[in-house]
Amino acid sequence: MEFLQYFGGVFEPTSFLLLLGGTIGGLILGATPGLSPTMAVALLIPFTFQLEATQGLILLGAAYTSTVAGGAVSAILLKIPGAPANIATALDGHEMARQGRGTEALHVSFLASGVGGIIGVLLLIFLTPVLARWALAFGPSHLFWMAILGVTIIGSLDSKSFVKGLLSGCLGLWLSMIGYDDIQGAQRFIFHDSLTGGVNIITALIGIFAIPQVIEMLAKGRVEHKIAAVSVGKQSLFSSLKLLSKNFKAMTIGTVTGSVIGLIPGVGGQIAGLLAYDQTRKFSKDRDTFGKGNPAGVIAAESANNAMVGPSLVPLLTLSIPGSPTAAVLLGGLLIHGIFPGSDLFDNYPEVAWTFINSMLIGQILMVIFGIWVASYAARVAQIPPPIMAAAVLVLALFGSYSVQQSMGDVYIMLTLGLSMYLLEKVGFSAAPLVLGLILGPIAEANFIQGSMIANAVDGPVQYFLMGTLNIVLIVLVLSSIAWSFFSSRREALKEIQDNPVNSDAGASS
Amino acid sequence: MNDSVQGKLAANRLQHLLPATLILLLAITVTWLSYTREPSDAFLFPRLISSVMIFLAVWNFLRAFLGLAKVGDGLSSQTLFKIAPGVIVMIVLVYFAAKALGFYVASFLAFLCVFSLYDPASHTAMSSWVKRLLITAAFMAVIYALFTLLLKVQTPRGLYF
Repeated sequence: MEFLQYFGGVFEPTSFLLLLGGTIGGLILGATPGLSPTMAVALLIPFTFQLEATQGLILLGAAYTSTVAGGAVSAILLKIPGAPANIATALDGHEMARQGRGTEALHVSFLASGVGGIIGVLLLIFLTPVLARWALAFGPSHLFWMAILGVTIIGSLDSKSFVKGLLSGCLGLWLSMIGYDDIQGAQRFIFHDSLTGGVNIITALIGIFAIPQVIEMLAKGRVEHKIAAVSVGKQSLFSSLKLLSKNFKAMTIGTVTGSVIGLIPGVGGQIAGLLAYDQTRKFSKDRDTFGKGNPAGVIAAESANNAMVGPSLVPLLTLSIPGSPTAAVLLGGLLIHGIFPGSDLFDNYPEVAWTFINSMLIGQILMVIFGIWVASYAARVAQIPPPIMAAAVLVLALFGSYSVQQSMGDVYIMLTLGLSMYLLEKVGFSAAPLVLGLILGPIAEANFIQGSMIANAVDGPVQYFLMGTLNIVLIVLVLSSIAWSFFSSRREALKEIQDNPVNSDAGASS
Repeated sequence: MNDSVQGKLAANRLQHLLPATLILLLAITVTWLSYTREPSDAFLFPRLISSVMIFLAVWNFLRAFLGLAKVGDGLSSQTLFKIAPGVIVMIVLVYFAAKALGFYVASFLAFLCVFSLYDPASHTAMSSWVKRLLITAAFMAVIYALFTLLLKVQTPRGLYF
């Protein structure tokens, strides 16, 4: 119960104001179609430079939590999910709004998000120290394999193409090696002056996540942006609470599904929401009413996508392996404050770690309170025309990347990576493994070098890196993630050939 | 197979082949540098990664070359036509104008150009331009308050600001 000692830090005036601002701002950003939680958190990082580490993390954590929930507002009122995690919410949420039950849908959505989120953060609180103690047994070889596992698992799960997922991970690992080598001081892959200091993680994150979304908004062209929001009336919160208790089963399925999915690196909120929705429909007696305004659909999807947030940080805080792209961005936020998460995080920085986790718990409650209040304003923000949104995100990305080191080189790197990522995404490459490679590259290399030195002094590299129970378990997991991805992409390709023989005559896709 | 389907497949094949070739060239360069540059200890990890990278890059290239790569929507000529003006604005203002004109002026122009190019409102009506200029100025004022006043970020001034 160590976490209880650090609740006071959350209520310090600056910290609490940041938590409040992050929650309200996150709800509005989350409701804006085109602004994903990952991009919102990446764009916020430059604003944390002048803050203390704890305060910066409180702001980022609040934004992460509330952007996921805020996406439900546009899903319900506009039928445009604010983020992929809210796709399932739109199915029944918008139908409820069309039937004049918009307020009820928003109420149950935020209440379910809050319940799921609180349980997810409690899991984070109770699981993290246990796993962190277990992770103390990890040596350099294990940490090297863990970093490689982080890249292969996201490369496998987040990409539709097996080879492109892994190649994205390799590109990220290569980007992380650009600049001066830490041990020998040798120059590596410096093809331009801007690359002398290496590729800064924050700069890269802003470019990779913001610029492709700006271009996606531009791809809509010069079209009239007319989205009619369904108006919402007044509704007693008490009746919404009653509705939530009636749908206890949906909330339980959503929370359990979201929590389990969150613990698996790379799976993400979209899968959590859709899986919980599907399971709730299967277990329901009224499965025909799903998609026609059944509140159970909203409750299952929203409790799942917020329950996923806490557990997705468990591998990050214990093993330095981010469980999702947004967690990877949070890792970037930790690193710029000189904090390296891992097994000793709770020994070296207990105040930072516990205050951050506690703030996420309080943030869930604030999100429920303010979510209902902010919803109508957030729906208006969601109607901002794409040209204004694209221009605003572009300028924010320029200033955000410049402010990291006050260097024009960072701006060039940001834009180059962003434009390249847009083109690569069009041919099936994925941003998440590239980012994971970039973030985990230095961790993998440092442990590989350290492990090689130990190996040379004792049993040799084969014995050190490939033998031992934990090494073997991790290697099997790395190989399994690759094999699973290979066979699932083959299966999908065969299915595509069966469904669409004309376009698929050239063979399987992977 | 009709002509339009064949044309689309050929376009997609070329779109997969071009990045696959560039990535293969990059992988060859990275591998060559990793195995030839000194001190060799500094390139131990790059050698490991580049070996895997070149294997995957060759695989990816072969799939693209044989027309087996299908994942990804590709970039249609219509989309390219729509995004080109915005992308050109980004490239010109960021790579060439930001240092010369000043970061704020370049950002102001980037916002105004992107907004104006994609705004469906009339390009000849004075009221539309006034609205665009006001929105751009208001947004840049917020950016100035956040970055220069709050975060104390010093941006390149160039000729102007």
